Amino acid sequence: MREITEGSHAVADAVRLCRPQVIAAYPITPQTHIVEALADMVANCQLDAEYITVENELSALSACIGASAAGSRTYSATTSQGLALMFEVCFNAAGMRLPIVMSIANRALGAPLSIWNDQQDSISLRDSGWLQFYAEDNQEATDLHYLAYRVAEDHSVLLPAFVCFDGFILSHTYEPIDMLSQEDIDRFLPKFTPYERLDAADPISFGMYATPDYYLEFKYEMDRALKESKAIIHKAGKEFGQMFGRDYSAMVEGYRLEDADTAIVALGSICGTTKDAIDEMRDEGKKVGLLKIRVFRPFPTEDVAKALSHVQRVAVLDKNISLGAKGAVALEVKDALYSSGIPVKDYIIGLGGRDVRKRDIKAIVALVEKGQGDMFYGLRKEVL
Amino acid sequence: MVDKTLELFDCGHRACGGCGAALVARLVTKAAGTDTIVVSATGCMEVFSTPYPETAWKVPWIHSLFENASAVASGVEAALKKQGRKEKVVIMAGDGATFDIGMICISGAFERGHDFTYICYDNEAYMNTGIQRSGATPYDASTTTTPAGKCSFGNKLPKKDMPQILAAHGAPYVATASIAYPADLMQKVEKAINTRGPCYVQVHAPCCTGWGFEGDQTIAVAKLAIETGLWVNYEMVDGKVVKAKKVVRKPVEEYLKTQKRFRHLFKPTRQDAEIAVIQAMADRNAEKYAIDIKLKNE
Repeated sequence: MREITEGSHAVADAVRLCRPQVIAAYPITPQTHIVEALADMVANCQLDAEYITVENELSALSACIGASAAGSRTYSATTSQGLALMFEVCFNAAGMRLPIVMSIANRALGAPLSIWNDQQDSISLRDSGWLQFYAEDNQEATDLHYLAYRVAEDHSVLLPAFVCFDGFILSHTYEPIDMLSQEDIDRFLPKFTPYERLDAADPISFGMYATPDYYLEFKYEMDRALKESKAIIHKAGKEFGQMFGRDYSAMVEGYRLEDADTAIVALGSICGTTKDAIDEMRDEGKKVGLLKIRVFRPFPTEDVAKALSHVQRVAVLDKNISLGAKGAVALEVKDALYSSGIPVKDYIIGLGGRDVRKRDIKAIVALVEKGQGDMFYGLRKEVL
Repeated sequence: MVDKTLELFDCGHRACGGCGAALVARLVTKAAGTDTIVVSATGCMEVFSTPYPETAWKVPWIHSLFENASAVASGVEAALKKQGRKEKVVIMAGDGATFDIGMICISGAFERGHDFTYICYDNEAYMNTGIQRSGATPYDASTTTTPAGKCSFGNKLPKKDMPQILAAHGAPYVATASIAYPADLMQKVEKAINTRGPCYVQVHAPCCTGWGFEGDQTIAVAKLAIETGLWVNYEMVDGKVVKAKKVVRKPVEEYLKTQKRFRHLFKPTRQDAEIAVIQAMADRNAEKYAIDIKLKNE
């Protein structure tokens, strides 16, 4: 059924359809509308879940760890400072192989304090072992939740997943969305079957400590599971497409890329703006295309290399910065294209909610054509 | 009733000989029984009981982080409720994880009223990292972060009153216990587990390595803490003290003298003023909990 809904509310509705049994969350802008909507559903018997009103985000994810280990499907949502407070717990949840799904309404990290969008928060957790999905629009934001649970809970994966969608730009924006029915989702997403659980009938120990004789192998197995999850994502995304017409089998998606000389690489809502800019540039005869990255972890290195193998240059738009180095997406793309010799330039844009418009995308294309890049784009020189 | 033959904390773990905390694990699981899920905080007990791929726990057990055991237990309890399961949730955490780093999570979980029993094994410092001061360290104890020296008698801060703090959260049952009195300890654990809501039992668990005494003296040291009034075993129901163990009190120095952490109070010179401060603390305990047994000829 197609309806016009706010992004956060659509995500909450998608989460409801996933039938989480335990929800633990803490309010933080711009994520709050999601957990408010879920609380409302619980209060009105539309969602049969235990809803734990925790005292902070560290406890939110910790409660999800307990509930997931006890064998329940769990959910949380956060952003920015809240995710930073969960830093330790994020690594822990992944290391314990618990398939928790968490929405991230992406927001900048302080200082200076900023409630506005960039992707520094989730990107900063890239090494934690969580799957990371990025949505271009709210339709994708809802669909990726179904996919995230399906992949995370697969017994060959068993890792937690972020579903990232840009704060305010998507979370507070009304868009027409095709909402699936409970029957639809029940067909796509089977009941949660924990691989192991806390159970007095069959006692096991979770979260033991590992000496140097074992730790390395634990990390290897996590890395292997993440890499092998690519095949699971492909299969589940394809099945989703067959069932509902929106195919998510690919971890990257090209737009007018087949014959492009210049490729833009981006993730999240900026892909929409970029597509519009590309259409206008194409009208002017410029051969520009987009490679959208939907899954940042596991990173689709081979897919990126293949999709960009024919282009002459690449401009990466990074809504994050590894200070003292480069944007995280550019580093990955450079790695993917290392042996090809294709020049990759990085553009740090939109940090702390700075608006990115079509004319900015066009200006970046002009820069990359001149070989200029690896820079912050759009600096206000008068305030420096 | 507690099945005294039940052993749910297996031998072969890596605790020091004479470890008080290991006794807590054994006695608490014995009292809690097989239908129990244990949530541990990071600390000595977690480390000596679960070096992968071995575990001493014969009940389901989970450890996540240092500070979050109460939040993890909240999640476990919520999941059990949702699934209609009846297992009891027991948290096992040291004093550092309880008095200090875990305070926020504890406060939140007790306020929400989850049905669990929180056991704090109190060995009065961070033993796992090498005997640093915690909020549970007693006055004048020498630790590696509050060492006694030429111008210091060790820890200058009083022990935090955790039982009162949790009683103030509305915990229906709060108790203190000691490994020197195992039957009393197990009875209290049983009571806590069978009381609905978040319950707290703080167990005095001397640490031979950290406090500086021989491993065969653990019970004797724990007993002296009670007998001098420096540790009081009591029960609180709905915020009111209903019972406290009475003793014929001995002077505090009989307890202090047994441990290297208080050695600076006696050598090279006896510190009468400091010992008097500690004696006054025991006297206040005795008055507050009315633990003194009056002898007939007094």
